[in-house]
Amino acid sequence: MSTTPVTPAAPGTPGVPQRPRTRPPRRPRRLGPGDRLFLTVAIGIPLAALLFFVWLPALASLGLSFTTWDGIDLADIHWIGLDNYQQIFTNYPPFWPAVRHNVIWLLFTALLPTPFGIFLAYQLDRKIRFTRIYQTAIFLPMVLSLAVVGFIWEIIYNPDTGLLNGLLSAAGSSHHIDWLGNADLNLWAVLVASGWRHTGYIMILYLAGLKGFDPALKEAAALDGANGRQTFLRVVFPAMKPVNIIILVVTVMESLRAFDIVYVLGGGVGSKPGMELLSLLITDNIIGESSHIGYGSALAVVLLLVSLAAIGTFLVQTFRKEDR
Amino acid sequence: MTQQSRNPLAARDPGRRRVVGGLFGLGAAALAAPVLTACGGGAGADPKTVTFGSNGADATPKSAYAALTKGFGQDSGLTVKTNTVDHDTFQKSISTYLQGTPDDVFTWFAGYRMQYFAKKKLCTPLDDVWDKIGAGFSDATKQLSRGEDGKYYFVPLYNYPWAVFYRKSVFKERGYQVPQKWSEFVALAKRMKRDGLSPIASGYGGGDSWSILGAFDYLNLRTNGYDFHMSLMRGKVSWTDPRAVATLDHWRELTPYYQQGAGGRSWQDAAQSLLDKKSGMAVIGLFLGQQITDEAIRADIDFFPFPEIDAAHGQDAVEAPTDGFMLSRRPKNADGAKKFLEFLGGAHAEELYMGVDPSNLAVNEQADTGSYNALQKKSAQLIASAKHISQFADRDSDPGFISTVVLPGLTQWLGHPDDGTGTLKKIESQRSRFFTA
Repeated sequence: MSTTPVTPAAPGTPGVPQRPRTRPPRRPRRLGPGDRLFLTVAIGIPLAALLFFVWLPALASLGLSFTTWDGIDLADIHWIGLDNYQQIFTNYPPFWPAVRHNVIWLLFTALLPTPFGIFLAYQLDRKIRFTRIYQTAIFLPMVLSLAVVGFIWEIIYNPDTGLLNGLLSAAGSSHHIDWLGNADLNLWAVLVASGWRHTGYIMILYLAGLKGFDPALKEAAALDGANGRQTFLRVVFPAMKPVNIIILVVTVMESLRAFDIVYVLGGGVGSKPGMELLSLLITDNIIGESSHIGYGSALAVVLLLVSLAAIGTFLVQTFRKEDR
Repeated sequence: MTQQSRNPLAARDPGRRRVVGGLFGLGAAALAAPVLTACGGGAGADPKTVTFGSNGADATPKSAYAALTKGFGQDSGLTVKTNTVDHDTFQKSISTYLQGTPDDVFTWFAGYRMQYFAKKKLCTPLDDVWDKIGAGFSDATKQLSRGEDGKYYFVPLYNYPWAVFYRKSVFKERGYQVPQKWSEFVALAKRMKRDGLSPIASGYGGGDSWSILGAFDYLNLRTNGYDFHMSLMRGKVSWTDPRAVATLDHWRELTPYYQQGAGGRSWQDAAQSLLDKKSGMAVIGLFLGQQITDEAIRADIDFFPFPEIDAAHGQDAVEAPTDGFMLSRRPKNADGAKKFLEFLGGAHAEELYMGVDPSNLAVNEQADTGSYNALQKKSAQLIASAKHISQFADRDSDPGFISTVVLPGLTQWLGHPDDGTGTLKKIESQRSRFFTA
């Protein structure tokens, strides 16, 4: 309702009250009250949801990790400081195997199924016959939930009636291999099962990238006399950088959150010898008849820190390059 | 407010508001949903309905429980709404289940495992129910149904013994003798192996690792006696005690005779190998019978009590877990639920249940045992002659301790049964975390 004609308000914006100082006039607001209300709500609700569903539980876990609690009566929460962490790092037999297995998982996934998926995508992009059939076949596991993938591999690994041992004995081998029961073997058996699915995922991601790839670049490489390997390594792969980053993120994420397939192949009872993972140890301690919420939270905080370290490194790397 | 009509954007305001309003509504609905379901049952609870949470998801127990609820419905005119959850899942989520909106009556186990929830006040005392059903039960059973405060919290339905099962025809064909003593037992296993059998059927793969506890309990009961076993289970003695070491030493003698590939096999597959005459013996519970579909084979199955290790203890203890029912802390239909529990504790319910599932034994002494098969009769005798009855490691002890510490430790050790002391040390280092009070 300002009637002073000093401020050159743009038509349709609220007038800004004149200030008696000699400061340059503030930039006029471009948003009306309705817009502001809308923005407050549109940002406020997701923000509230984020705080309530993500940050509150995360901070609560952090807080609970310094306590001991059976999860039943709030009055039973007792502050014990760093005891949980000290216990976990010095005196929790499955902890270090779990860390080791998480690292193995990450390395394995990054070094075998991921490059293999890229390789398959590159081959299938070359318009070979039946390429759609191959694509579908390789992508098929991705359509299934990882838990279902677990059930499928359970049938393959069954020591008595499973496919693998059946083939082995048909081939005349008298070895009876306990794929999922042997603590030295079961992690690798699970990794193969998870890699089976991961390959298809990476392949489809990379294939999507290749479809948008400018064929002129390849032609130019061919004219320059580059062979197939050189074309891929020197031309295609560097040009696919955005897709490569996505693949890297997906691989790290899938490795850190590895849980369901191990849970299924381990029989749905949490960690088994040879298959301990941080995510499983957390559920072991939190879910169950006598839960140790504090202890489990401390484990969850450890996993959170590991994830943050991985994600943080990645983000810093990406943004630093973009700033250049 | 001259700006009201300033630009065409204003005309879109209602649309925007509707969108925002819709968002609000969705958000509110999402936030309210859990709350609504949480208290939904309270106000509108139907006095004619009792809800029943069952862990009997396998075919046999499921139809047996269905026979029970149907029988109760006919007697009382009340309807029982059954909510069946897979056995392992039920146990895993019991703590959250009981704190949320549990069914009025739910299946559970006797022993320390029941007492834990009684202590946490997650269930209702049942002394008034026991006033009516108490006459049917022995003192030992009454003891099993009480919490630490002396009140009743549990209505038992059946129990079943663990023993060493075998096929009579296999023993007859090969001339095997039922072993009484440890040395005879090991010698028999050795001979079976020479004869090309897997001496001891075993499958503790996947979610079945609990099944190895049967052997552990018996080995410890026979080596060190009931009192030591219970102290060990309740966290009162050290797991590195030389007596516990002796238990593992005996177990180690047996491990070469375990069926190969046990860590990846289910108990059902292991039981099947016994029924198929590929394995000679199995340390398992009477529920093995649920695996039998051919009555001719059922007649060929027999068992003997776990052999004696130390003459001082002989075979005086029998492991016979008891299953039954509890009442949740705030039942929606308390009167109906108590009526249902009175029915479940009665002889008629036992008969209905055993009529469908003949691999358990009625706990109520007034139940008619005339229709028992030979295995059931022998099992009942075994339990009746026992001086001590243990439940099962995960029922006699803190289940969290057993499932997150003892079981992983022992299964790992079974894979390479060399360093028993090291395994026990690992278990011992975790004991104080579970047994502080």
